Order: sequence, then C-alpha cells, then structure tokens
Amino acid sequence: MTEQIQNEQPQHDHGIKQDNDEDSQQYLTFIMANEEYGVEILSVQEIRGWESTTVIPNAPSHVKGVINLRGTIVPIIDLRQRFGIEVLDYGATTVVIVVKVAIANEHKVIGIVVDAVSDVFSVNNDDVREAPNFGEGTDLSFIKGLTNASDKMVILLDINMLLGSEVLPEAEQLSNLINTLDAPQQQVVNA
Amino acid sequence: MEIDLSQFSQVFFEESLEGLDAMESELLNLDVNNPDDEAINTIFRAAHSIKGGSATFGFSQVANYTHLLETLLDEIRDGRRQMTSEHQDILLLSVDLLRNMFDALMRKIDFDDPLLAQLEKQFTMELEKGTQGSETAEVDSSSEITTEQEASGLLLWSIDFQAGIDILRCGNDPYLMFNELRQLGELSVNLAEHTSPEFNDIDPEACYLNWQLELITDQPLERLKEVFEWVEDECTINFSSNPLINENQDDELSNIESTQGTITQELQGSEAVQADIESNGADETKTSNQGSKPKAVSQAKTPETSSIRVSIDKIDLLINMVGELVITQAMLGQIGQQEKIDEESLISLKQGLEQLATHTRDLQESVMQIRMLPISFAFNRFPRLVRDIGQQLGKKVNLVLKGEDTELDKTVMEKIVDPMVHLVRNSLDHGLETPEERLAKGKSEVGTITLNAFHQGGSIIIEIIDDGAGLDTDRILNKAREKGLVGLEEELSTEAIHKLIFKPGFSTADSVSDLSGRGVGMDVVRRNINELNGSIELKSTQDKGSRFTIRLPLTLAILDGQLVRVGQHIYVVPLVSIHESLQVEPSKINRLSDGHELIQLRNEYLPVIKVYQEFCHTSDAREIKDGLVMVVDSNNEKIGLLVDELLSQQQVVIKSLEDNYNRVPGVSGATILGDGTVALIIDVTGLVSMAGITNMKEHAA
Repeated sequence: MTEQIQNEQPQHDHGIKQDNDEDSQQYLTFIMANEEYGVEILSVQEIRGWESTTVIPNAPSHVKGVINLRGTIVPIIDLRQRFGIEVLDYGATTVVIVVKVAIANEHKVIGIVVDAVSDVFSVNNDDVREAPNFGEGTDLSFIKGLTNASDKMVILLDINMLLGSEVLPEAEQLSNLINTLDAPQQQVVNA
Repeated sequence: MEIDLSQFSQVFFEESLEGLDAMESELLNLDVNNPDDEAINTIFRAAHSIKGGSATFGFSQVANYTHLLETLLDEIRDGRRQMTSEHQDILLLSVDLLRNMFDALMRKIDFDDPLLAQLEKQFTMELEKGTQGSETAEVDSSSEITTEQEASGLLLWSIDFQAGIDILRCGNDPYLMFNELRQLGELSVNLAEHTSPEFNDIDPEACYLNWQLELITDQPLERLKEVFEWVEDECTINFSSNPLINENQDDELSNIESTQGTITQELQGSEAVQADIESNGADETKTSNQGSKPKAVSQAKTPETSSIRVSIDKIDLLINMVGELVITQAMLGQIGQQEKIDEESLISLKQGLEQLATHTRDLQESVMQIRMLPISFAFNRFPRLVRDIGQQLGKKVNLVLKGEDTELDKTVMEKIVDPMVHLVRNSLDHGLETPEERLAKGKSEVGTITLNAFHQGGSIIIEIIDDGAGLDTDRILNKAREKGLVGLEEELSTEAIHKLIFKPGFSTADSVSDLSGRGVGMDVVRRNINELNGSIELKSTQDKGSRFTIRLPLTLAILDGQLVRVGQHIYVVPLVSIHESLQVEPSKINRLSDGHELIQLRNEYLPVIKVYQEFCHTSDAREIKDGLVMVVDSNNEKIGLLVDELLSQQQVVIKSLEDNYNRVPGVSGATILGDGTVALIIDVTGLVSMAGITNMKEHAA
C-alpha cells in the first residue's frame, strides 16, 4: 500500500495534462498560509482582485461584505478568517476566487479571499488519497482528498461542503491537521 | 418520429388551470334553475379541452376523470338532463380536485386522494340515474353493467370488434387500440371469422380482419368505449360482459342498494374534506401531499418554472422602444467617432444623452408593465370562497368586486392573496351577522362584502369592506386587559382599540373554529403586508361595518429610496416609511432608566434607534443631538432612526441578498448605486424588532 502511493508520486507534471479523460479533473490551486489548496475548476466562475466591499451589519467576521458582480450581489468570505488563521493585510496578490456552489439545493455565487492563486492541475482520480481520519470531533468533510503536484502536497477542497457547513475546524485543529499532512507520506498512511 | 411532448406540458398546465378558473366562475354565476346555454357551453368546452390535452400528454387519470364531467355536461347541454344544484356542487368539487391533480402533475408526484374515487363514484351514479325520457337502450344496459361491476370489481368483457375495411386508411391502427386495452386489464386477442378476397384482389391498404377480444378488467364500459372512440363510426363493436365470480351474484344486488345508501353519506364526507382543505388555506397543497409517499415529495423539489402571459401589445411597445434605443445609440456612436468635438456636436451629444435617459426610463417602465397583471387574478378566487364559507356559516352574502382591471405586479399579487383571504374570511366569520340578526337590526338579510382596488399615486389600494357588525370595542378592550396588553385603568381612543387587533396573539374569537382563532392572526396579516413595504389600516363603525385598507407599492422590484450615511456606510431607507427628518435639541431628549432614549416631537414621545449601534458600525454621531433623526413609520407607529447624514433621494432597483447569502436582520435587500457599489436597504420594521423597543411607548406614557 505504502509503496504504491510512493510510486505514483512523480507522475504529475506541472501544468495541464493533455489527456483530459473522465478519470481526471482539473483543479485550480491557491496558496493560503504557505499551504496549497485546490478547488475543482468547474466550480470556479472567475478570479478577481480584491476590491472594497459593502459591509453586512452583524455578519460573522469572516464575511467581508458584498460586492456588485455585474448586477449580482455576491458575498465575499475570507478563508483565512474562516479557518481562524492569522489575518494578513490584503495586498497586490490578494485575490478573490468567485465560485459557484450548491448549498442546500440552491446554487449560490460566493467569493473567497485567498493569498494568491497558484496553478491549474489535472489530477487523476486514482491519485487522490482520502484525508486521514483524525478521530471524532474533527469534521473533515470539506476536504475531498490529498494529492501531489510538483512534489508539493495539495489539499483538495470540497467547495460545497466548505462554504455550506456551519462548523469548520478551529485554527489550532487545522494547523495540526496541516502539520500532520505535511509530514512524510509514510507517517500519514500509517496514522 | 418521436416528439418530446413534455416541453409543451407547461403550456398545457397553464391553459388547463385557466380553463378550470373559467369553469369555476361560470359555475358560480350559473342560475341552476335556468342555466344559460352559453355558460354550459363554456364549461363543457373547458372540460373537453382538458380531457383532450391530458389524453395527448398521457395524463390518463385526468383524462378519465374529465371524461365523466364531459359526459354529464354533454347531456345537460343537449337538454337530455336537467341541471341541478347537486350537479353544480359536484362540478365545483371536481374543479378543486382537478386543480389538485394538476398540482401533483406539475410537481411530478403521484396523486392520491380518496376524493377522486368518491367523486368518480358519484358521477357514475349520477350518470346512471338516467337522462330525461329519451334514453337509448344502450345507455340503460351500460349503466346496469357498471353498477354490477362496481359491486363485484372484475368483469370479463367480450368485445366483438369488426374493423371496417377502411380503418387503416384513416390512420387508425387496431394494434395500438389493443395495446391500450391491455393496459386496462388482462387481454386476449383472437382473430374472428373473416372474409378475405382472392389473393389477386387484395388491396394491401384495406383491412379484412375482425377480432374477438376478451378483457378482464375493473374499468367501466365508458373507459373501454373510449379506446374505440375514434373508430366507432366505421367499425362495429359489440360489448358484452360476464361477472368473473359467479357465485357472488346474488349478493351483488343487495350490494348495489347499500352502495346507493352510502353515496349520499360519502358526499357529505367529501364536502367535509373539502371544507377542511379550504379552511387550511395555504396549507392546502401540503395536506393533499401527505398521502403520497415521502420519496415522491422529495422529487417535488425540481425547480418550478413560473411563467407569465403577456398581452402582445405590451411586447410590441417594448420592441418599439428598443428600436428607438438602438437609434439613439447609433447617434451617440456617431458623435463618439468624430475626431474633434465642437460646440455643435456637443449640443447633439447632450440631446442624445437626454433621449437616452428618456428611453431608459420608458424601457424600465414597460419592462415593469410586463410583470403587471390585473388584480382580477387575485379577486377571482373570492366568489368561490365567499360562497363556500357563507354556506358553511349559514350567512347570506353578496360579493361585489370593483376595480378588477387595476394592474399589480405579479409577485406582489402572489403575496397579497393570503392576507386578503384571511381578511375576507374574518369579515364573513366575525363581521357579517346571520340573516336573523341582520333583520333584527333592520338591515337587509343579505350582507355585502366589497373588494375594491384602485391606484393612488405610486401605490395600489385594496379595500375589503363589509356592512356587518363592525368591531366590538368593549369586547376587544376587555380581552386586551385580560391579556395584560392594556392596563386596567387605561382608557384608549376607539382608534387605538382598533389597532389592538393587530397585536400578536390577539384573538376575539371565543372558541377556535374552523375559520378563525387558530393563531394565524391579524398580526401575521400585518407582518406579511409590511414585508411587502405596504401598510394596513382599519376603520370600523359599530353595526355599520368595517373597512380594511391595504396600501401596497406597485412593484417589489423598484423602490423610492432615501440614501443615508451611517459612519462610512451608505444605506437606503424606503421613502414611503419616512415621515420627516430633524435635528433634535438636547432639551427634547429624555433618557429612560433602561437606557432607551426618547425624543419629544410636538406632542409625541418617540423612541429612537441608533442605527450604528444596531449594526455595530462606528459613526460620527454617537449621541442623538449630534446627528439627524429620521422619523419613520413601523407598524403604524412612529420611531426615530439616528443617522449621520441624509444624502440624495433616488429610485433604486431592489436586489436580493438571500440569493447568494442569507437573510440579514434589519436589512430587506440590496441595491447597486450609480458608482457600482452596493448599498443595503434598511428594513425598518425588522430594525425596530432588533432594537426590542416595541413596548417603549407604553413605558413612556
């Protein structure tokens, strides 16, 4: 089992694979707190720079407000704050990824603020490992799986679960999680 | 070639529902003793086209049922049967039933209502009763058979089918008919004796065959005949039947009699069911769904596409306007291409921009016009409602509808119907007296309820007027004192007492009846109307009657707004709810012990909401004396809102925050300002309830 996973590592080329069959999906990756995350490219509507928002009264702190996206009112959510990671000042590379999500059978358009956009990968479904089990109390349903791209681990997010769920792990849990995921592959598999 | 019919089914549903509406209104207007031929024809045509359409689309349940209606109506139309009030009742119940059937079809769930079987039985009984005098022997025998079959269930039918020689040439295929029969029960098809010509004389397009069919089914003869409906002129078809279970035959006769005895009871039962459905009002669909399987209900979540029928005039106008807009755009484009802009072209540029502004405004208005429907769409349900409830309560009512052509936005219309139903029901139940009481008071025995709609400024006014007893102020006051809403010693003006009925949890009904006192009170009515940015007023005179006046904006899409600044944030306050804005002298500000502040405005004390506090913003004006107080109306009470600055007034297009986000307390929606930024629209009533100052006035008094 361990071997198999290790063998598969180098198969990923940086960039988009040409053979786009049904078994593989493309992911847009972005950076946040030095970690690389991926969201399915089909759920991404557009990528925008940061612009000031209209604040929603009494909204949770991770909801930065709403913007006018060509006539549609779109809420903007800071993913760092959502995860409880230390907040950065928004800079030149700060981007808003506008995603289409299905929450409770309704389609919504939501913007997420991330540190920077990284790349687009084609990931073979067979190469997606399940997120390890961290025991009860840690809901990881928003993590679709883990994969490797250019020797770096990418956490593939299930955007519907991420934005639809009320409870997300706290900063501490999340950093624990990321540390564990970052640890050598063998450890993860054995955990 | 296979044609996907489902793409047309939406249109069919709409047409059928319209047909049902027409049937209903004709039935209600019908003078049973002397029915108008044209009315009967209209009802018949509606039933006929629903039957035809539903058969085409394969909605056999509807087709089978409307066939019964059609048969009955056909006999009435031909004068073979005298219209009775029972017919009127059963036809009205059928209209409701069909509406529910269509509702189920649209949600793609199974329709399963015991009422269907009951009404079907009633119809069969009614049809069996025979027509006046000139019955054909066939009808007689078929009715006998149907009765027999009802008692025993399955019958063995022998059908002698002698197809005409031209049947294939006319495009009829016996195979398809047999297939249809096969769906009704167990079918065996045998080739009967036939004469075929010499081989050389055979015409390949002719049909020389006859069949002997045997079908075991529980379907009535009518249904079997329907299969052969298209070919009955050219073919000879004989039906004969034998009960499948012979030993029960003796019992059957007695069964028939007992069935007849129970039918009337069932009719009463079905009426009770009906009344139940009616009284549940909005819950109607839910109730009828409860019978169906839970799986089917989850399927019902498929998105409902709602559509609108627009008169072609409105579309033509729109097309004209777009044409003019294109011309203006071309003109402006030409100016834009000029290398140098001199004074002359500057003038035409200005002209062009002015034109553009006019066209945009016109276009906006015409697009809004498309959503406008005459209020008769909402009024139409009331004759039926009033008839049914009037009957139930034993009250004589005359319903008058005025201003039915007044146009109203479709979404507003959809939302105003429920509050109106509630008000009309209240008028019938509490307002109007019984005929005896009315006579004793020297009024006419028949009460009048008037629904009136008209435009006033940018609003639509809907009035619900009755000439009943009016509100009993003493009783309301006693009730309010009982509930602690009003202090024991406190004296209130008549107007103030009338306002009490809008308080949550207030009901004057002594006992909970089907119609009222189930907790869905006037407070909900008022809340629903407030949610539409409207208001409701009440005038009532004892023994003369009551008048409810609902004032609504014409559309929910556009709003006249006052832009205000709170700190760095810009909000829109609906202009309709603003009375005035003022700076308050420090001497006119009173602080209550619980921290709330009141301002004295002429002879009134008004509570003040600090908007920045409720919304957790920072602001320039932290104290009332430093800012502006906007006096707004919330639930017919004046409240002050503390803001920093008044900006411009403008029309804003309302956008939903809920589409992509959630409902936000104190905010009713969002809009996009001229510079492309988003501003939130303040929901005054919501803000007041957030601030929790509903009872402040009582404290102050």
